[in-house]
Amino acid sequence: MRGIIASGGYLPYRRLDRSDISKFLGSGGGRGTRTVASYDEDTTTMGVEAGRVALKNAPPGFQPDALWFATVDPAYIDKTNATTIHAALRLEADVALDFGAAARSAVGALKTALGGGGSVLVVTSDIRTGQPGSGDEANGGDGAAAIIVGDDSHGPVIAEYLGGASVTEEFIDRWRTPGDSQSGNWEERFGEGQYLPLGENAWKRGLDAAGVGAAEVDHLIVSGLHARAVRAMVGRLGEAKGAVVDDRTATVGNAGAAQVGLLLTDVLERAEPGQVVAVLSLADGADLMVFRTTEAIKSWTPVRTVAAQAEWGQPIGYGKFLAWRGTLAVEGPRRPAPSRISASVSARSREYKYAFVGSKDRSSGALHLPPARISREGDAFDDMDAAPMSEVEGTIAIFTIDRIAYSPSPPITFAVVDFDGGGRLPVELCDLDADALQIGDRVELTFRRLFTAEGIHNYFWKARPVR
Amino acid sequence: MGSHGIKDKVAIIGMGCTPFGEHWDKGADDLLIDASTEALDVAGIGKDDVDAYWVGTAMSGSSGLVASKPLHLHNKPVTHVQNMCATGGEALRGAAYAVASGAYDMAMAIGVEKVKDSGYQGLVGASRSPTDGTERALTAAAMYAMCVPAYGKKYGVDDATMREVLAHISWKNHFNGARNSRAQFKKEVTTETICNSPLMAGTLRVFDCSGVADGATAAIVVRAEDAYKYTDKPVFVKAMSLIAGNASGNADPDYDYTYFEEIGAAAADAYSQASITNPRAQIAMSEVHDCFTPAELLIMEELQLCERGTAWKEVLAGTFDLDGDFPINPDGGLKSFGHPVGASGLRKIFECYLQLRREAPPERTIKTIERGLAMTQDLGGFPGEMVAMVSIWGTELG
Repeated sequence: MRGIIASGGYLPYRRLDRSDISKFLGSGGGRGTRTVASYDEDTTTMGVEAGRVALKNAPPGFQPDALWFATVDPAYIDKTNATTIHAALRLEADVALDFGAAARSAVGALKTALGGGGSVLVVTSDIRTGQPGSGDEANGGDGAAAIIVGDDSHGPVIAEYLGGASVTEEFIDRWRTPGDSQSGNWEERFGEGQYLPLGENAWKRGLDAAGVGAAEVDHLIVSGLHARAVRAMVGRLGEAKGAVVDDRTATVGNAGAAQVGLLLTDVLERAEPGQVVAVLSLADGADLMVFRTTEAIKSWTPVRTVAAQAEWGQPIGYGKFLAWRGTLAVEGPRRPAPSRISASVSARSREYKYAFVGSKDRSSGALHLPPARISREGDAFDDMDAAPMSEVEGTIAIFTIDRIAYSPSPPITFAVVDFDGGGRLPVELCDLDADALQIGDRVELTFRRLFTAEGIHNYFWKARPVR
Repeated sequence: MGSHGIKDKVAIIGMGCTPFGEHWDKGADDLLIDASTEALDVAGIGKDDVDAYWVGTAMSGSSGLVASKPLHLHNKPVTHVQNMCATGGEALRGAAYAVASGAYDMAMAIGVEKVKDSGYQGLVGASRSPTDGTERALTAAAMYAMCVPAYGKKYGVDDATMREVLAHISWKNHFNGARNSRAQFKKEVTTETICNSPLMAGTLRVFDCSGVADGATAAIVVRAEDAYKYTDKPVFVKAMSLIAGNASGNADPDYDYTYFEEIGAAAADAYSQASITNPRAQIAMSEVHDCFTPAELLIMEELQLCERGTAWKEVLAGTFDLDGDFPINPDGGLKSFGHPVGASGLRKIFECYLQLRREAPPERTIKTIERGLAMTQDLGGFPGEMVAMVSIWGTELG
């Protein structure tokens, strides 16, 4: 049996109220909210966060054979982004690949993994941009999803892949030229007319391939960046249309490349055994994937569910949103911008920088962050074991708000964090309301992009309140 | 093995100190020439009489050429030293130890910094080594701000009282600086102004932070037995102790940000070198590193001027005021002088030199100077991660 072994979603902490857009601009916006990636997040860091959740939801010690990463908004081109995720998740996989850079690539990566061999961690991630006041800006959402595909030999399969179908067509509905920060859209009735027959084609052939009828579908996911086509498509799916799931576009927005992964994860997190899940994606053609959940899903207890993350978001004003996206250039502290990081130093400290691995003195047990060669207790020399700390929670010993330090979004909050079981590090905090912070508060780590200098991203870990 | 110091072996015979401030019309070269020329004039000698030079600067150059080029020295050894905010003291330590060793008859230490040319607020390091980008990004102000709630919590001092204590330290240093023509800020500041100034980091406000200034200071040293050839008021080195910490504070959950172990260790070593058993009674005054007001508070306890957990009471009682039992920073400190990193350590020694030689102006002369010993204290770095220096100076041998 081949299918899904585990999955996990990631929604950033901030929410933009769409009505704030029209209040600011006098037009645009709409009802509801969308998720907003923080200024220190990109598709790679969100991919790491989703990957961490998926691995927590997988059997203990699970290691995939390959990592595939797909996004419309890659942090790098020419350089592979999946290698950063691979390092941050401390994967042993020999293969880490990017699938670039169309929304359909994300669906294609998942479908290819389902049809292939070995175990694959499929990570999809997106930051949805758009001109101020545009539909893309208001209706998009930021997020990531990670789905672990494999067969019984890799772990209990919670959703068996029954089959599917794909169809491809060349037409210009939406596009983005490399270097541009947002997409263009053609008049939407043209796209709708193109998508509907493609979707019907994939639907019919896919259900046949999976051997299920439309009436058997318990959870129907219809996804795509063409909202009008998606709505019309549901109406054409006959007996299945009653099974269509809430696609969370009202509160999360449409997460583009991550949308299918997020919605599939959301469904699996509440599905019962023996249910049929159909995923129809409209993107430069159409793709259908059909699953049936297994008995194993009963004992699957996912953490940080998409539903929970959708609940705990906090608002961000439209001005800050524009500043975070770089649309508004805001005056920062009069401090020099940081220098680019060194490739060779970063390579030497790879385990610490990307995976937050410290060292533990074998004789005294003292934990060192960053790793040290000589122990701070007892001075033992070169007698340490690696100590992975990225999933260890900590307590704030002391903290301060720094109003004068360089930051892309000042002020910054810094805390001295004492980790459970030993080890201390002063780290920057994120995703919080600093006014409510107290000594003794509990924090967990999150992978972030601290800054970018000369085109090189500086990734490292920050801490956020435990949620 | 042992740290013996060079008590009574070396004496300062002349010093020079520029005004500290925003010298838009002077570069590092000009400041260095001004300070060293003043020192030479006081000692009644010329630059060729000096056998070796030590020049301390943290961000205005990186070799002996910092001094040899502007001073146009003729085949003289010049050593550049950099030890964060202990740079100036470190320059004099090198010069004094070289004279004590017998290697040279006369040496000069110069501390200089030109920091106001960067265009940024605060101090900006000159060159940074390539890194992996994982180092802390917060400012020194933020690091020292952590000491405030930590100290208050440990010793049961409420936030309002802590605010009052820090404001008193700032008020006192500005009061002293208002009596010093070389200071960057020569005005008294009310505690009300201090407590209403803009927030910088944590609860620290602008007036809790030292200013940023350019400046230079120089000192000439000879063997103690030669000192009276040049001056009838030599200032003898009684002790010089430097400690570079192992930076474990920010990695060790046992560190609570209420003490600076490195300074305590340097003080203990210095007192041992100078055979001091009761610093509060035996020493007249100290110039300390008031980069941020909580630093000065904690330093009082590290220097054993009061019991741990009681410095805040002594501050409020006026113990460390200009007319107090143990004046701290009678020249106005970093609060009034700003902090040209390479020069600050020697500037502190300059105030001890003036007070010990009875050359401080009457409005700033401390009544305790009869004790005949003065102390300087430097620290560079942050709570849990610093270099520290404590030195003692005296007018009498023995």
